[in-house]
Formats: sequence, structure tokens, C-alpha cells
Amino acid sequence: MTASLRLVLSHFWVAVAAFGIGSLMAVMQALARAGVQLPFGTASLYYLSVTAHGVLLALVFTTFFIMAIGYLVADTTLGRIAGLGWAWAGFWVALVGTLVTTIAILSGTSTVLYTFYPPLLAHPAFYVGATLLVVGSWIWCGVMIGSHRAWRRGNPAARVPLPWHGMLATVIIWILATTGLAVEVVILILPWSFGLVERIDPIIARTYFWWFGHPLTYFWLVPAYVLWYTLIPRVAGGKLFSDALTRVVFIQFILFSTPVGLHHQFTDPGIASGWKLVHTFTTYAIMFPSLVTAFTVIASLEYAGRARGGTGLFGWIGRLPWRDPFFASVALAMITFALGGFGGAINAAYAMNAMVHNTAWVQGHFHLTVGTAVTLSFMGFSYWMLPRVTGRALVWPRVATLQPYLWFVGMQFFSIPSHIAGLMGMPRRVYTGEFQGVAAAAGWVPLVNLSAVGGLILFVSALCYVGVLVGSMLVMERGPRRAIEYAESLVAPTPGPSVWDRFGVWTAVAVVLIVLAYARPLYHLHTMARFPARGFSPF
Amino acid sequence: MQVDRYERYWLWAATGMLVLFTGAIVITALAGSAHPPSHVETVNPETLDISGEFATPGVATAADGSVTVVMRAEFYVFRPEVVRVPLGRAVTFRITSPDVLHGFQIVGTNVNVTVAPGYVSEVTTTFTEPGEYLVVCNEYCGLAHHNMQGTLIVEAEP
Repeated sequence: MTASLRLVLSHFWVAVAAFGIGSLMAVMQALARAGVQLPFGTASLYYLSVTAHGVLLALVFTTFFIMAIGYLVADTTLGRIAGLGWAWAGFWVALVGTLVTTIAILSGTSTVLYTFYPPLLAHPAFYVGATLLVVGSWIWCGVMIGSHRAWRRGNPAARVPLPWHGMLATVIIWILATTGLAVEVVILILPWSFGLVERIDPIIARTYFWWFGHPLTYFWLVPAYVLWYTLIPRVAGGKLFSDALTRVVFIQFILFSTPVGLHHQFTDPGIASGWKLVHTFTTYAIMFPSLVTAFTVIASLEYAGRARGGTGLFGWIGRLPWRDPFFASVALAMITFALGGFGGAINAAYAMNAMVHNTAWVQGHFHLTVGTAVTLSFMGFSYWMLPRVTGRALVWPRVATLQPYLWFVGMQFFSIPSHIAGLMGMPRRVYTGEFQGVAAAAGWVPLVNLSAVGGLILFVSALCYVGVLVGSMLVMERGPRRAIEYAESLVAPTPGPSVWDRFGVWTAVAVVLIVLAYARPLYHLHTMARFPARGFSPF
Repeated sequence: MQVDRYERYWLWAATGMLVLFTGAIVITALAGSAHPPSHVETVNPETLDISGEFATPGVATAADGSVTVVMRAEFYVFRPEVVRVPLGRAVTFRITSPDVLHGFQIVGTNVNVTVAPGYVSEVTTTFTEPGEYLVVCNEYCGLAHHNMQGTLIVEAEP
């Protein structure tokens, strides 16, 4: 195995381990909420578990998995990762950070959930570990950009390979996003958590958090789109419908991912409604590239289905390789994302948001999006990638085929009742939906129980996923490695320089948009007469 | 850049859809004054129970008949725990917190606002159905977050 592939696999296995632990937390939470008496089932363990689940899945699993995809795409499209030593340094920094934060959470001193809104105050180790995880990912960003520059020097006139184009967009989104997080954690929270500063302003901290929090979702989503655009058409037996529009899509994500964060703060005091309306517009703008993606990817699949002999208006659908676990994962992820995307449009709807804000609807929403559109795509990719990187075939291929369908069904059982309970007013992040037996909450309980059924199905699916991967490593013999090949485009990209490959220019435009969206509201928050708050650790 | 004919149709359809969505938002915001709660006012969270309106939370009716409800959301309780307001009149809730973030959500209505220490949240509504409403905290605030609830009673005036 080459040094680059060893790097890819190391990140991959950390992600899988985080996923396994996070899934175990999840099923216990789903059962506890449904009133199943678990050993040690207390409110304190429940909220500790919610914190661990959020951090390990939303932050650790995703970040390590995306770093693995990034290095694999760098190695296979550019031919070389520049700075392997740095890459390993980044891996270890991120891993140590993950361990420090995990220990802080498990010790019970940091039950602040993965959003850690001040003035909830965790143990300083929680923030130090999270900072190291992000610093490790910044080193990954540096290695990725360095690899791009090295490749560009050797290929001054070549078009940027399309999969790499998407991963470079991911890197830039991450740098823009984590700038806000760095301000929140390094400047505001760390000195406060160490006791150097006594008070912190909760609304200012939240504003920097959501500067980070929304582009975070595109940091998850764009790598999934890279798989949808540049691998799935080939897996399905066809070609990518449009190389040109795909590049436009990736660039639009760089532009509009970040200046949207106030749509998470619609109900916040201290921020005038005019700026919330501005962020509403940019939030709807960011739906455009996803709508384009829906067309381009489905058109690519139709092309593949017809190439396989499908005829008629819908006859091509049945011809697609629904037994291939990678294809099935992505197809089910896309169907789920259609539901999740329209739910997102409701979340972002300025005034209508009040109907769903911080209700169970929200947990239903992001389990459809990051929890399925992204996670299921990554699961399918794992089945495709592992044999190609290790030379070991999948053990129990039928389990791998069944697993994405289980995830899909389990997630509908989990998420649809959550959406309905949210519309009925049930808040999110609660240990129980009973609310001491009041009549208004009576309708929530059966929905919570239905969600728990979904949680059980999801846990079986998660066990299948981890089991197939680990089993393949333990049982299967190492054989010849199959090549990693990306989808061809129906129309080859035009040769010669293209404005859609000019990442520096687009990043500059993105920075201008962030300044326009945030300068005035942040200036106002920082300069108004305020009364920052002391920290509390009510756990 | 080469764009397929059907692709072009879809780009226009997608644009149209987003214009429709944002148009609906702008029209309801301007014509119907449908805005999210966005009050800008600060207050010292450490002196709430010593002085000022939040030291004596409760319901007050102004000379013009408008109703103001002053409330504190604090560790696992809303004060006052039971609030009575009249049917069919504008009711303004003014809420703040002496400790961490809380949520103030009246189940079955669109009253839903974040409560933060140091800030006064304000939301105005008119109740059209009499009865007892459940008030919940919808922002994680500690280990008894799920028990933080209050009662709002909307009464028809005699």
C-alpha cells in the first residue's frame, strides 16, 4: 500500500470508530426518550450522551471522513499529496483533540451539547480538544492547497480535475467557516473557560458560532456531492451530464455557504429583523446549486439507465444497479435529501421559522440531511473505496446491499414522527416527551415511541455497516487492488483556462459577501451597551 | 459554457421557485408585518431580582387596553408560573434570563423566542382561542430542561 493510501485509511478508520460509538449513544437516547428503562438511564447520562453523539458524529465522523476523501481525491486526480509529513501531523493533532474532548464529555464535566452555547460552561479541556480537532483540519487544508499549487506548477494550462475541484471548494468553505469558530472559541470562550475573563456575551458568541454552523453543513454536503457527480454516474454505468454546470455549482457553494448564519438566529433578541431578512435571501440563494444538482445527477442516472437498455419515461429507473450498495446508498440519500431540502426551505423562511424553531422538527430535519444525505453517501462510498484501497473484497456483500435500505427505512421512522411532533410543538433536545403528563403533550408520546423504532432499525443498520467493514479487514485476503476511476463527462470540459477554475478570485468574492452580511450586525452587537453573563455548569 | 436545452429550462424553473419563495416572504413581511421576534434591548442579568420590572414579573394592562406580560425564564421555571391573559387583545411578552439561554414557546401558537441573559426578548400576539396553553423551554438549559414548563390561560373577558 502506498503512503498516501495509508493516510486515507487512517482518517477513515477514526471516522468509522467515531461513527460506531456515536451510533451506540444514539440508540440509547432513542430508547430512553421512549421510556424504556435502561441501566443508568438518567437525565444526566442522557444529556451527556446527546453531547457525545453530536460531537462524535456531526464533528468527528464527518471531519475525519471528509479528510479521507480529500486525500484520496488528491492522490488519484493530482497524482501526489504534497507534504505527507504535515498531513500526518494534522492527523495526530486532530486525533489527540478528539480524544481530549471525548474524555472531557465522558467525565460529565462538559454536558453542553455540540453547540456549546455560552454561558453554559464546560471544562476547558472540552474547548481545547475541539480547537485541536479544528487545527488538525486546518493542516489538512494547508496540505490540500499545497498539493494543488504543486500540481498547478507542473500543469499550468490544464483544467482542474472535476473531483478535485469539488474537494478544493470544500477546503475553502471550511476555512471560511472555521474563521468564525476560531473567533468564538479562541478569543471569547477559551480565556473565559480558563477564568481569565469573568463574563461572555451569549448573543455575540452565538453569532460567531452560526457564522461557522451553517457553512459547516456545506462542508459535509459538498464532498457528498463530489461522490454523486464524479463517481455515481460511472457506478451506474453512464456519464456525468454536465461538467461545466458542476463547476458552477461548487463555486456557488463557496460564495453563498457562509453569509447565511442569521437564519439560525431568527428568534434571537439583540439582532434587528432587517439583517435576518438579508440572510434569508442568501439562504434561498444557496438552494440554487442544490436544485441544479438534482437535475444534473438525475439526468446522469437517466443516461445510465438508458445505456443499460431502459426505455420509456420511467423505464430507465428499474435498470439502475439497485443491488450495488454504493449506488443504492446515494440514490436513497438523494431521495431523502429532497425531503430534507424542502424542510430546510421552511426552516429558512423568515417568519414561518417560528412554527418549527428549536422543536423536534429540527432534529428530524438534520437527520434527513447530514444524518442521511451525507452519512448514507459516505457509507456507500466506504463499500466502494475499501476494496479499491486495501485489495480486500467485502465480506457479506448481501449485508452491504441490505444496509442502505435499512438506514433509509429507519430514518423515515425516526424523522417523519420528529417533524410531526415538532409541528405539534414538542421541543428538541428533551429527555422525555411526556412533560409531566400535561394534556398538550399527550400527542407527542406515540410519536417519540415511533422514533425509537426508527432508532432501533438505524442501529441495526449501523452495526451492519461497521460489521462489514471490520469483517472485511479481518476475514478477507488481500488481493489485487482495483483502479479508482471517476465518471467521464458527456461533454468534455473546454480546454484552456476557465474562470470557474479561478479559486482565488471566487474566494475573494466570498469574503466580500461575508463582510457585507456580517459587518453591520456584528459592529452593532459589539458596540451597543451590553451586560455579558457569568458562566453556569448546570450538569 | 454549453448548457443543454432541458438544463436551461430547469435553471429557469429553479430560479422561478426561489423567486416565488422569497417573494412570499417579502410580501408577508411588508404587508402583513410577519417578522421574527427581533427586539433589541439589554438588561443587567445580575440585578434582575433587585430592581426593575423583572423583579416583579407579572401581567399589566395599560390605559389603552394593551397587555404586557413581564417574565423571567430561569433554571427550570418560568416566572410567573401561571399567566392569565385576555382573549382577543394584543399581548406583549417581555422576557429575560438571569442564568443561561432558554426558549419561550407557547405550544399551539407561533410564539417562539430565544431568551438570553443580558437581553430582553419581546414578542407580541393576539390570542383568538380561549383555554389553557402549555409553555415550554426549547433551548437546552441543563439537566432538568425537559421539566421546564409553564401555563398560560387565555380567558374571555366578562
